Amino acid sequence: MDTLVDDLRSALGPDRVRTGPSELSLYRRDASNMEGSTTVVCLPVSTAEVQACVRIAVRHGVPFVPRGSGTGLAGGAVPLDGAVVIATTKMDQILRVDESNRLAWVQPGLLNLDLSNQLGHLGLHFAPDPSSQQTCSIGGNVANNSGGPHCLAEGVTASHILAVQVVLPDGTVTTLAGEEPEPVGYDLRGAFVGSEGMLGIATEVCVRLTQNPPGVKTMLMDFATVEDGAATVSGIIAAGMVPAAVEMMDRLCLQAVEAYIRADLPVDSAAALLVEVVGLPNGLDADVERIIAIAHEHHVKNVRVAQDDEERALLWKGRKSAFGAIARIKPNYYLHDTVVPRSKLPEVLAQVYEIAARYELQVLNVFHAGDGNLHPLLVYDAREPGTTERVHLAGQEIVRVSVEAGGVLSGEHGIGLEKRDYMHLMFSDIDLAAQGALRRAFDPEGIANPGKVLPSPAACGDIHSVPEGAWI
Amino acid sequence: MDLTEFADEIGPTGPITIAGLSTRGGPVDGVRPVMAPVGIERVQPEEMTVWCGAGTPVEELDAALAVHGQCVAIPPFGTVGGALAVGRSGLRRLAYGPVRDTLLQARYVNADGQIVKAGGPTVKNVSGFDLCRLLVGSCGTLGFLGDVILRTRPRAQFEQWFVTGADPTWVVAHLYRPSSVLWDGDSTWVLLEGDPRDVEAQAGRAGLKEADPPTGLPSGGRWSVAPSEIPQLVGTGRFIAEIGVGIVHHEHPQAARRVDPAIVELHHRLKHEFDPEGRLNPGVDVLSVG
Repeated sequence: MDTLVDDLRSALGPDRVRTGPSELSLYRRDASNMEGSTTVVCLPVSTAEVQACVRIAVRHGVPFVPRGSGTGLAGGAVPLDGAVVIATTKMDQILRVDESNRLAWVQPGLLNLDLSNQLGHLGLHFAPDPSSQQTCSIGGNVANNSGGPHCLAEGVTASHILAVQVVLPDGTVTTLAGEEPEPVGYDLRGAFVGSEGMLGIATEVCVRLTQNPPGVKTMLMDFATVEDGAATVSGIIAAGMVPAAVEMMDRLCLQAVEAYIRADLPVDSAAALLVEVVGLPNGLDADVERIIAIAHEHHVKNVRVAQDDEERALLWKGRKSAFGAIARIKPNYYLHDTVVPRSKLPEVLAQVYEIAARYELQVLNVFHAGDGNLHPLLVYDAREPGTTERVHLAGQEIVRVSVEAGGVLSGEHGIGLEKRDYMHLMFSDIDLAAQGALRRAFDPEGIANPGKVLPSPAACGDIHSVPEGAWI
Repeated sequence: MDLTEFADEIGPTGPITIAGLSTRGGPVDGVRPVMAPVGIERVQPEEMTVWCGAGTPVEELDAALAVHGQCVAIPPFGTVGGALAVGRSGLRRLAYGPVRDTLLQARYVNADGQIVKAGGPTVKNVSGFDLCRLLVGSCGTLGFLGDVILRTRPRAQFEQWFVTGADPTWVVAHLYRPSSVLWDGDSTWVLLEGDPRDVEAQAGRAGLKEADPPTGLPSGGRWSVAPSEIPQLVGTGRFIAEIGVGIVHHEHPQAARRVDPAIVELHHRLKHEFDPEGRLNPGVDVLSVG
């Protein structure tokens, strides 16, 4: 009998089936801090080739892991136990655009920002804009149901996916949903989006495209306390406005970014809000006026409205440079991703600061305040003995306090390996059994990306920072 | 009635069906019916969420949200649970999105009579598989919705319907985010929402005239087609199509749509996993609900 690698090579050709030690080493991790192991990496260029890879994996009884750009932060693309990695990076084309009905069929390896850039001349864009949008793929966005700053008004990836052609875990090719608005039967496309590669591999994606707004106003507002900033966020939403984006940066983050890019940021304030509204001119001006009035009710110190595109770009650069800026503080960081009710932001942030202080760690907060999506960044130096352990313990506590405040485990990064064993904080065994039932319906053999998302029964109530089969 | 009583009433055995206000078809004949809990638990305007029993009338929910200048993107009439279980969108879908995007968390009763939580209470959440979207449109065949947390949205400050004889594709291309564009093969109706000055300016630029919305949507069939296929409807009978969406209110029923055998197989497996004995809404086949 041929070996797994021989079979894959006959299907894809030798150059797109990789087994070299350096490549295997590269593909055994994603952008998380976790590593697994793989025996072979496949780089298919078509649906038929993906199907061939899956069928061969099935025939050999070896699990497979779908992979996009590998920018996931929860270990969802980390292969466990020698799984076959099927990377869709070479499938990166826009297949068809329906300009008047604002949709497009694309391949999963297409990069998020490339899609919007290539449609710019039509006045259209793909709304989900993860911070990694220059490098993350549409297929990865589908797998993780990715978000981004502008998902506050527009919704996360699930709201922008009309249909997905998939290779199911048994090797069957089919299309979930379609261009029509109410496909027959269950919303299988809805179930597939966010399933982290455990229900199959997306090979073509039909995305909804969004009109570029006719007008944009971006403002930076800073506050003496985090509470005032958070109260402004709640005030804006309660007043019936949904800005395109509402981002918050805390003092340490402002200082780090300012030192990095020199954007004249309010480094002496406890928190700053970056608020963007879009739309038609009268509504836009009225919203800006109301937002500033609400900020004044909550003691805003300064309001800076970007006067032109250049200043707007600079303010956004400040927000998006946070991850680069922190390298000036410490060499390593651990980024968390939880959601809490907006009204609980001040309370939970205070707890985050307390937890970090107790573990003698520095924490920066730069996050999607509009939808309560926290991103505490624990910065540390992994070379200092015992630090990594403290980072993990602090992270666990942050996740716990978020869920206890009425929040959820993840807003946009997913569960993957990272939070698999935290699922019991949010779901009962009965709840998890229902998720397991969905998984079994798609993948009775459990061959697609096993070991992710759903905790094994043995892990009940026993929280591990790093699941078995992966290591830091 | 609370959720536990609802679950107890469903129990673990025997055929069972769910009844609401019979707006969207009603319970299965000859099967013991249950009704979901009624009532609004909590409106949180600053979170843009509302928590209510699935048996709550949509009208009651809408009135409670109107006080806060908010609404939910589910169509009027019947119960909240019925609207979600059927999953059909309202006329403003072009701007408001589909029904499935409104459901953040559901607590439902499964075929074993147990309470199951799907999703989470926050407006953003990717913790685990998206069972909420699976439940929307599942017609009570995978579980009976008990209570739900829905995403709300701001109510329009101002709205106005317009009419024009212009080609609907041209109309859509020249407007920023209309809430509805309807076409009967001849006239195009447009709903604009927002600041009244912006609405007036947009309408002026596109040559729209103030009008009432079309009355008497054809009700022989609710078609679902790719929006690009709408122009080909001319000559098929009387219709009003939702441009950019693909819902067509037609005088005739839609011809049976072909379903890929792999999709049929997935449906059977899902039903088997969630309700192996077929006790929930027996006889309802989501693949043949037209």
